[in-house]
Amino acid sequence: MTQTINISPLTRIEGHASIDINLDDYGEVQDSRVNIMSLRGFEKFVEGKPAEELPRIVNRICGICPWHHHLASNKAVDACFGAQVPGTGQKLRELMHTISHAEDKLLHFFFLAAADFVIGPGSDYEVRNVIGIAKSNPELAKKVVKMRSKAKMLMENFAGKAIHPVAGVTGGFAKPLQEEERKQMLSEMRELLDFALYTMDFAKNEVFPQYMDTIESLGVIKTGFIGTVNNQGAMNLYDGNIRLMKPDGSFSEFSPQDYTDYISEHVEPYSYGKMPYAKAWGEGFSLDRNDPKGIYRSNCLARMNVVDSIPTPKANAELQEFRERFGRPAQATLLYHWARLIEEVYACERAIEILQDPEITKEDVRSQVEPKAGRGVGCVEAPRGTLIHDYSTDENGLITGANMIVGTTHNLAPINMSVDQAAKSLIQEGHVDETILNQIEMAVRAYDP
Amino acid sequence: MTVKIAEEWLNACSGCEITVLDMGDRLLEILEQVQFVHIPALMDHKYYGQLGDKKHLEIPSADVGIISGGIRNQEHLEVAQAMRDSCDLIIAIGTCATHGGIPALCNSYKNQDILDRYYSTCSTDIPREYPSQGVPELLDRCYALDEKISVDICMPGCPPHPDQVYSSLISLVQGGMPDLSGKSVCDVCPTIRKGKGQVRELRRFLQTPVYEPSEPLDEMRCLLEQGVLCMGPVTKAGCGGDKKIPRCISARVPCRGCYGPVKFDGNPLLDMLNALTSNGIEFEGMDELTSLLRFAGAHNLLQNKGL
Repeated sequence: MTQTINISPLTRIEGHASIDINLDDYGEVQDSRVNIMSLRGFEKFVEGKPAEELPRIVNRICGICPWHHHLASNKAVDACFGAQVPGTGQKLRELMHTISHAEDKLLHFFFLAAADFVIGPGSDYEVRNVIGIAKSNPELAKKVVKMRSKAKMLMENFAGKAIHPVAGVTGGFAKPLQEEERKQMLSEMRELLDFALYTMDFAKNEVFPQYMDTIESLGVIKTGFIGTVNNQGAMNLYDGNIRLMKPDGSFSEFSPQDYTDYISEHVEPYSYGKMPYAKAWGEGFSLDRNDPKGIYRSNCLARMNVVDSIPTPKANAELQEFRERFGRPAQATLLYHWARLIEEVYACERAIEILQDPEITKEDVRSQVEPKAGRGVGCVEAPRGTLIHDYSTDENGLITGANMIVGTTHNLAPINMSVDQAAKSLIQEGHVDETILNQIEMAVRAYDP
Repeated sequence: MTVKIAEEWLNACSGCEITVLDMGDRLLEILEQVQFVHIPALMDHKYYGQLGDKKHLEIPSADVGIISGGIRNQEHLEVAQAMRDSCDLIIAIGTCATHGGIPALCNSYKNQDILDRYYSTCSTDIPREYPSQGVPELLDRCYALDEKISVDICMPGCPPHPDQVYSSLISLVQGGMPDLSGKSVCDVCPTIRKGKGQVRELRRFLQTPVYEPSEPLDEMRCLLEQGVLCMGPVTKAGCGGDKKIPRCISARVPCRGCYGPVKFDGNPLLDMLNALTSNGIEFEGMDELTSLLRFAGAHNLLQNKGL
């Protein structure tokens, strides 16, 4: 081995990671690794804490998707204590969950990923970013910044905190929605839906067509997929059964509380992050791209593949078009960007549906709860994938054990495979330049880790 | 003159970076007056040169360095020191940077306990050895920034309110210093307080406090006076931004101290117990007290029980 290329830090992603690519004597890629650099140990330090406090502690796992941790955690605590959440409490939780999805996708597409397409993968790093977009297309930037901030402020105005939320509480939601607030939210969500549809058209007409070759080649691997479906097999981001699909499109479906029968987590020596794999397939774990074992992917592309349909009309029309073009399951990694924008449409449509539900302003939002011993699994679809919180409590309702499988971790093994594919196809005879290294990062960025 | 800014995230969740983006239109106004030279969340500047071929970690020189997160591993330490070397002024943004934040809850445990737990949960194939290749070694615990490098401005908050980030950045751009008030959450909380002596003991937050949903906050009785533990008395104000009203209270839930202690070197656990005692409120029956230090576990306030 003559050379190691180190991309550090990985940028315009949401966590801490680096890539090592080892070249052999001939300058060809021998192997590559994605190092996940951070380990905080939430599973340990939540032990002994009152379970009802966890939704306000574990949301700090991620400042981008704190609502999803907050709500998965609330569901797990409800299950430990046997709490019955009133219907309106559930709906308010789903409302916040769904608006947060809508905001997150705008963040990723415009602030993190778009520069690679709008400014170009090989342009100077000083302008290949959202600041570069703001300078070259100020009108679009203004609109994006305004829309994203609208979604965040809408959550803050109703639920107090938008980042590291507090309004989900054991047994339900902390406060009911007033009619005036509902009207205001509904009108703002309609604006967001218009913007989601604009973004979908903008991407389909002006962004993706220029990059179809890249989309069909960069970081492409063949894997299974995971995601949540409702009782009709359709998309729901807040609640349902988990569907685990094999690379050939066949799938099994299970209740989140049985997740350990289907999923295990493998540990590699070069990453603090664990790599979940499909234990239920009985083939073990392997990152070998020619013969991968147990590998499946999560996040929006996975959800597009596992659901039979999307229960809102505009997003469903987009899904059908997507499926006609790319098949089911679609495997091309950069299609994550496309899938993300379809989900953006769904999230806005679904939030509007919930806001039009006559029960949404009812005052019965929380039931009284007594702490007790139990075990509870709480699961939601976070933007980055199926998010599982699994807690056990003692008779005082203090945490005795916690296990969490975080959305992005499902994708850590596939990200390694996509980086390997990108590095091997782009680096030849030792030639490396900034464009190539950024293209390798684009294969990671699609996953929005 | 354009102000050059470098930004880094260490043992953090990225919430502080997102709060910067949450400034809305004001973000574009700021971007006209500053130049980012390094910010991994948004920009592709690399530590070891753009081709990764340099030996030493480099941060471009900047007028202002903004750092979120505490220091938990060797890479955080190296990056923090490089930021200090390259920046004239260092701002610690967020409670993780100023006081350790939630991740400093790990300071109650040894690293070995944390690794043993994480790599042996019910869904994990227990490895023969823990990861050590290409990943930074953990330090013995989680430190606030000022325990390892000198810090010029501390802006706590989990995360700080975008209004506060905006006003602080504008003051810096104009050559001034940000005004980060020393009041407590109670000082700015509009709920009704009737005085001490009416509550004898506290209960856990498992039922809704008494309030009328259609009435504003200043018609609701103080949550502490309703017998719910609220960290308002010992927590720094500021979370409400320009509106001032504490964010958690506006959601009708009690404060948990995310802005850190009112006085920078306060101890929220001891200060809170003192406040309860002086109001004649019993806390002996509370099931757990470490949580009162959940945002301020650095600076040796939370220590490994095994020592």
